[in-house]
Amino acid sequence: MRKRLNLSRRKPLAATLVIAAGLLFSGGGYAVATNVVATTAATEYTAEQISEGRKLFLANCASCHGLNAEGTAAGPSMIGVGAASVDFQVGTGRMPGQGSGPQLPKKNVQFTDDQILLMAAYVASLAPGPAIPDAKYLEATGDASHGGELFRINCAMCHNAVGAGGALTEGKYAPMLNDIEAKHVYEAMVIGPQNMPVFNDSNITPEDKQDIITYLAYIDENPSAGGFELGSLGPVAEGLFIWIFGLGLIIAITVWLGAKSN
Amino acid sequence: MSTTVNEKKQGGALAATANYLDERVGVGGILKSFGRKVFPDHWSFMLGEVALYSFVILLISGTFLTFFYQPAMTEVIYDGAYVPLKGTQMSIAYASSLDISFEIRGGMLMRQAHHWSALLFVAAAGLHMLRVFFTGAFRKPREINWLVGFMLFVLGMAAGFTGYSLPDDLLSGNGLRIIDGMIKGIPVIGTSISSGLFGGEFPGTEIVARLYGLHILLVPALILIFIAIHLFMVVIHKHTHYSGPGRTDENVVGYPLMPVYVAKAGGFFFIVFGVVMLISATFTVNPIWNYGPYDPSPVSAGTQPDWYIGWLDGALRLAPSNWDIMLFGFTYPMGVLVPLVVSLVFLGLVAAYPFAEAWVTGDKREHHVLDRPRNAPTRTGIGAAGVTFYGVLWAAASTDLIATFFQMSLNHVLTFMQVLLIVGPFAAYIITKRTCLSLQRKDREIVLHGRETGRIVRLPHGEYIEVHEPLDKFEMYKLVDFKDYRPTAVVPNKKGKITVGSRLRAAVSRLYFEDRITPVTQTELNEAQSHDHSPAVAATAPQDQLTK
Repeated sequence: MRKRLNLSRRKPLAATLVIAAGLLFSGGGYAVATNVVATTAATEYTAEQISEGRKLFLANCASCHGLNAEGTAAGPSMIGVGAASVDFQVGTGRMPGQGSGPQLPKKNVQFTDDQILLMAAYVASLAPGPAIPDAKYLEATGDASHGGELFRINCAMCHNAVGAGGALTEGKYAPMLNDIEAKHVYEAMVIGPQNMPVFNDSNITPEDKQDIITYLAYIDENPSAGGFELGSLGPVAEGLFIWIFGLGLIIAITVWLGAKSN
Repeated sequence: MSTTVNEKKQGGALAATANYLDERVGVGGILKSFGRKVFPDHWSFMLGEVALYSFVILLISGTFLTFFYQPAMTEVIYDGAYVPLKGTQMSIAYASSLDISFEIRGGMLMRQAHHWSALLFVAAAGLHMLRVFFTGAFRKPREINWLVGFMLFVLGMAAGFTGYSLPDDLLSGNGLRIIDGMIKGIPVIGTSISSGLFGGEFPGTEIVARLYGLHILLVPALILIFIAIHLFMVVIHKHTHYSGPGRTDENVVGYPLMPVYVAKAGGFFFIVFGVVMLISATFTVNPIWNYGPYDPSPVSAGTQPDWYIGWLDGALRLAPSNWDIMLFGFTYPMGVLVPLVVSLVFLGLVAAYPFAEAWVTGDKREHHVLDRPRNAPTRTGIGAAGVTFYGVLWAAASTDLIATFFQMSLNHVLTFMQVLLIVGPFAAYIITKRTCLSLQRKDREIVLHGRETGRIVRLPHGEYIEVHEPLDKFEMYKLVDFKDYRPTAVVPNKKGKITVGSRLRAAVSRLYFEDRITPVTQTELNEAQSHDHSPAVAATAPQDQLTK
């Protein structure tokens, strides 16, 4: 018995089997864990919406993303990115992109809300992907204090503690987060646009996301108790302020005092 | 009227008090000598005063803060007015800092006044230091006072840094972490110093209380002592003044302390106080509530120290990270050690400059008349190089903000700064020195030939001349009253040997004074004034023609 077991353990196929089982287990587990993200089936949208969305896609997006949204050298595939991606990228004006660069900037929105919804419907129909978030998570009624803590741990290293933005490598950056629609904040966490990592629902639950939205809304609505904020950029802005305006004003006064006596 | 009534009316209570004090502590004598100290008038002489007044504001506002601040790192649950932190676990130090900001009446204003005046204190001191440098006010007999002032600047940085860490928020904790890392990078003793300072592994539960002791006791006491020495020496040396008619190295021209300067300086204190209060009431400084309690894991984007520590942060950012050396099983983090050594060397050079210049010039005379920066081209050039070096390090502390604000690549900004740190000081030296020499040439021209008025006059015999307006006496003094140095030759010592020091001195002296513009002499001036197209001749020329 013992000998037979040993024998079978040493067969070359055994190692392969063990690795295969291990991969299947860990990969499968990962897939289950990450699958918590809400996805939309194509059935949520009507066939008419999808075909209208396809027309808009062909006219405005296909040159880069391909006629079947399969992606080209100029733009990634849209299959499986979900309605949330379209709503975020087009809804914040980042798409359609103008010119290439390290990062596509936020700009004026090019489409109406209805058009964006139609394109989202078309992209959602290609494959399951992150959906446009449920309105109940978008209200700023969560726990601002918990949201602040989550924000400092997960977001502040790139976006700054109050969302004033920050630099990344090679010309990339984390944009400012003031006065951003709650929907877009939520979607950004789910889809991880451009250089941002994905914060899926198993990482930050929808309720946690709502807390973060609440925290950002609190900062938007409550200006600093200390007076003008100087862009919330911290000590650099304060240093420039005291040198240019503080010391500048005082030097102007000293010149005035010196001039009077002469 | 009887005489007795008159005598009673003379003086009154004030005179009686003065007499009482004079008879007991000799106030009269002190006031007589001190009150007659003369101070010259110039706006640039008030910069040190601004630093002094900022320090007074720091003491007043700081005392207020000590009433409410608690330097303990015991964890509590916050239950104050600031909603986004309600229910958050934090240290008592941070909670009490939040209470000062949100609960204590006038607390926010005082906290902001304390922080803004700290920023102003070091800024004014730095600018005062630059004024002293560029006008040559550090020359004999004031070299020691330069050192005292230098110590004050360094102590200002120390006071600022220890205070910056007290609120125990995320920003200050990140700053402490960097200091901890730098200390740990020092070979052999680094780790022991770190665990001694923090009472174990970073961050520990001790550091805030220890920094508090330094911040409110040791550092301010040292600053006060050095300020006292600094001012005492000003009284001993008397104040410097800019050149003008009747102003020499033997006198001071200005107004007496009593009553003119006491009134002026007193008034000026309230102006500085008013400006600080105005800023504190309207502009947020260090919004600690934004950063949250300190936790070693998060680091916020845009984490920077206050401006006066910025140049050290910049030095760290600019040092390439791949310089580490492995020796005998130990890692030497050169990316930390090189900035550390470079900043210490820079500070050392700043402290030593007056002595270095005295050695180069060999000038043992006392100097009480200040230089115009252009009249000491090499010193001004060296100063500009130093300012550029410091400035690049300072700017390098905000590479990330520069990159996002001007939409550039962070990596490019960093590389650009690295190059600029090396090239910038040399370029600044050359450009400044040449500019000074050119300005001196222009001054010389103006002294000899007056200002060009643009008025063309035709003389009776047909010659056209431009009328040059002669300078008034005050202007003239500004342009001609400076010392002329020449390069020193290599001199053998008593034994007849030429030492290396002597050679070095001759070489540096050549660098200093090889290119120079000599001041206009009286003979040159007389000669120029009797010259054909000088203004005086131009005015008299027609009469000459008539009499002939």
